[in-house]
Amino acid sequence: MGLVKYIAVRALMIIPTVLILYTLVFVILRVLPGNPVLAALGTKNIPEEQLKALMSELGLDKPLIQQYFEYLINFTRGDMGKSMVVRGRPIASDIIDKLPATLELSIWAILFSLIIGVGLGYIGARVQNPYVKTIVRLMGSIVFVIFIPALGLSLQLVFSRYLGVLPTGGRLSVTMGFKPITGIYTLDALLQLNIQAFFDALKHLVLPAFTLGLVISGPYMRLTLNNMEEIMESKIIEAYRARGIRDSRLLRHAFRHVLVPITTYTGLQFSLLMGGAVLTETTFNWPGIGTYLVDKVMYRDYTAIQAVIIIFAIIVGLTSLIVDVLYALIDPRVRY
Amino acid sequence: MEVLIVNDLWVKYYTMSGVVEAVSGVSFRLREKEMLAIVGESGSGKSTLGFSILNMVPKPGKIVNGQILLEGTDILKLHPHEIRKIRGSKISMIFQDPFTTLDPLRKIVDQFGEFLVEHGVEKSKVNTIVREYLEAVGLPERIMYSYPHQLSGGQKQRVSIAMAIALNPRVVVADEPTTALDVVVQKQIMDLIDAIKEKYGTSIILITHDLALALERANSVMVMYGGYIMEYADKTELYDNMKHPYTKALFEALPRVMCKTLPKSLPGNPPDLRRPPPGCIFHPRCEFATEKCRIEKPRLREVSKNHLVACHYAGEIL
Amino acid sequence: MMSLNSSSIYIAFKNRYVLTGLIIILIFVFMAVFADFIAPYSPVEYVGPPLQPPSREYIMGTDNLGRDIFSRIVYGSRIMLTIVAIAVAISGAVGTILGLISGYIGGILDRLLSFTMDSIYAFPSLILAISLSVALGPSPINAAIAIALVYIPTYFRMIRGQVLSIKNETYIEIARALGLPSTRIVLRHILPHVTKTLMVVFSMNSADAILTEAALSFMGLTVQPPTPDWGFDLYKGRGFVLAGMWWIMLFPGLCIILLAVGFALISEGISTLITTRKR
Ligand SMILES: Nc1ncnc2c1ncn2[C@@H]1O[C@H](COP(=O)(O)OP(=O)(O)OP(=O)(O)O)[C@@H](O)[C@H]1O
Ligand SMILES: [Mg+2]
Repeated sequence: MGLVKYIAVRALMIIPTVLILYTLVFVILRVLPGNPVLAALGTKNIPEEQLKALMSELGLDKPLIQQYFEYLINFTRGDMGKSMVVRGRPIASDIIDKLPATLELSIWAILFSLIIGVGLGYIGARVQNPYVKTIVRLMGSIVFVIFIPALGLSLQLVFSRYLGVLPTGGRLSVTMGFKPITGIYTLDALLQLNIQAFFDALKHLVLPAFTLGLVISGPYMRLTLNNMEEIMESKIIEAYRARGIRDSRLLRHAFRHVLVPITTYTGLQFSLLMGGAVLTETTFNWPGIGTYLVDKVMYRDYTAIQAVIIIFAIIVGLTSLIVDVLYALIDPRVRY
Repeated sequence: MEVLIVNDLWVKYYTMSGVVEAVSGVSFRLREKEMLAIVGESGSGKSTLGFSILNMVPKPGKIVNGQILLEGTDILKLHPHEIRKIRGSKISMIFQDPFTTLDPLRKIVDQFGEFLVEHGVEKSKVNTIVREYLEAVGLPERIMYSYPHQLSGGQKQRVSIAMAIALNPRVVVADEPTTALDVVVQKQIMDLIDAIKEKYGTSIILITHDLALALERANSVMVMYGGYIMEYADKTELYDNMKHPYTKALFEALPRVMCKTLPKSLPGNPPDLRRPPPGCIFHPRCEFATEKCRIEKPRLREVSKNHLVACHYAGEIL
Repeated sequence: MMSLNSSSIYIAFKNRYVLTGLIIILIFVFMAVFADFIAPYSPVEYVGPPLQPPSREYIMGTDNLGRDIFSRIVYGSRIMLTIVAIAVAISGAVGTILGLISGYIGGILDRLLSFTMDSIYAFPSLILAISLSVALGPSPINAAIAIALVYIPTYFRMIRGQVLSIKNETYIEIARALGLPSTRIVLRHILPHVTKTLMVVFSMNSADAILTEAALSFMGLTVQPPTPDWGFDLYKGRGFVLAGMWWIMLFPGLCIILLAVGFALISEGISTLITTRKR
């Protein structure tokens, strides 16, 4: 099978993309005028010697070209540099700490957006009322305008403050004695058969995942509605019907055809999802990479920001790889 | 014995821009083992008629009147659930374009098997039957596990045919089954349909725009124009005694070997069926049209035994 | 020729979505221009008791510092509209020019540029905008530049694609064979053909830019207190929202969404016009 080779080639293509972004960020953060250490410390009143010592500790006194390549080489060894603000703290361990939270949020958000988007799109396709169709189409093209903090705060107000049924932030109630394995709490709880922890984690997840999911669900609505309508009118379904296949099965076969564009889109919208995740995490105090980034932004911690960007670039590359493979698995016509 | 009787069938499409009268008062009888060819230009209502026979005229179309008697029962009166069971098992259909009628996302065996199971075949027997019928249409067994895109056009059409005959239907409606294929394959597919007719005793409705193909293969020929039957007769009778100017025009438009003159093409376009002309529907393009043709619609009448013509001057002008 | 002439502008105006979108945007523009007359109070001074719910006096309530929220909303539209206008103008101009050049000239330059643009395009734009803002330093003009840089690939990709598809059409080939200068071919024959698509992308992108501006403000990367800004006000007020002071969040949040809806509606309207007219 050529699948393995295909995956390998696609994986190699991630490298130049990541390099371009790294270079871009490096140029922006390092080459542009301004002393990063001073910015990070937020003060100019620091003795010359101390500044020099700090610079060399962080490797910032070397020529830029050397810095550029050294960081790359270290990165491939898993060393993402040290924080400028919290002196000497390795960034890699921070990121490993935070990444699972972001992954968990993203996965659940995609789940929610599929349920909302594909669900509404499907209803729009099945219902004969033209107004319903128009509303679903319009929603599909404008839900993205929902400003995540506004929706998030409203939901917190209703469900946490007024109804008191859901927590306002965090990932787990403090009282839970729970040892994570992968860091994706819902998965860990299931692995440990800890139902209580699973539902507790889910309770914390619902609002942020719904908020993020709703905002990115628009294209799913349109894709599902348009493709489902098109396929149901197609020759393929006509032929199935002429063979006496019952309606419920026709719908199932038609839906398979809708899955193809949905998969493709899931890959494309990942960057939207990641951007949204940053805002969602900030709004819900979700301890993921997004909150970490915003935190570092407040302190102008350049090394950490640089590392986060590279990590996101890699994630985006990997998702598009995964989606391409999924696509090849769903649609037998795809050659790899 | 008649397998299928269609009586006074009227089908209309209710579109935004008007009502299309796609099939108007069509009646015919199909005998056992008979191949009836329905011939006409594009837009003459052939496919609509074909779909009507399975009671599945596409939206926004509607059968407004008529009877379709399959072995005596009117399928237009059946419950949707019952008609679904007839589709594919008692009446089946072969479509023009095998590229778009097989589901590209599923293996042949899955599509074929599902079809059999839907009609009550036991799961354990499915693979044997699929194999048997693929062999009957001259396909190797391994094709079962292929996806449609891995097959050629001719192979795909054979798969469609295999499915169409697998439950031993009484009637197969073949809507331009060879139009999308190249010439050599066309002949093979038509030979296959002929052979199936003989082997399984199936009656076939062959829809085509090719009068030559109809005259070559069918037992009887029905010429349609603008939703109406123009002429309907046994093949030899039609060939020897063409009575309708439209049939004649179609015939003269055929390319011929050993002929010095170029084929004559029929001037003008088929009528807009949202606003059909008064009188004879063919009169605007008819070289013999008179005042009477412009006003009065000709009845379909029997000019000799089993030879029906809808023309005021049948027998006089040709 | 499908260039943008007066009749197609007329048709666009008649479209319900386009019309609604335009009205929404014009209301906000009006608010920004005539803020001095519309706002009942100064946006930065303490004009009443803090944390008052909406009332006759303070129609949108007051914030934790006793400032009138309605006045801050009115003045806040200035910052928002200015930043977004600058950002979209820069990215539209740069993206379009680069796209035209890259698509028209082709070759190695085109490949390099396209790959770079694609890489940036695939990357989460908000995250990039945040990093850029940090690097440039928090200020409204820097936020505008950051947003502009992030959205250049959006225009680049669209324009380049269109140029490539138009480039080989006969009349362009004739113009080339006639030896017309390249700039003239591009400006006179290619650019007019992409205007409609450009309008769709432009309005869609404006909606995106509004949300990005709001997000940057929400992270304190645009204005400094006490300047009124919708996103920043939302950020400052979030603590009070959970204490039940919903009005602090509701009005800035609604304004951000409403303005973005305005642009999204225009984009939706024009794109349905394009697709239905092609049919
Ligand atoms: N789904 C539909 N909606 C509206 N009108 C239709 C529809 N399908 C067919 N028609 C109209 O009905 C008339 C008959 O069409 P039909 O497809 O039955 O003709 P045909 O003889 O099969 O033509 P062809 O040789 O092109 O297949 C035509 O005027 C056509 O425009
Ligand atoms: Mg047809």
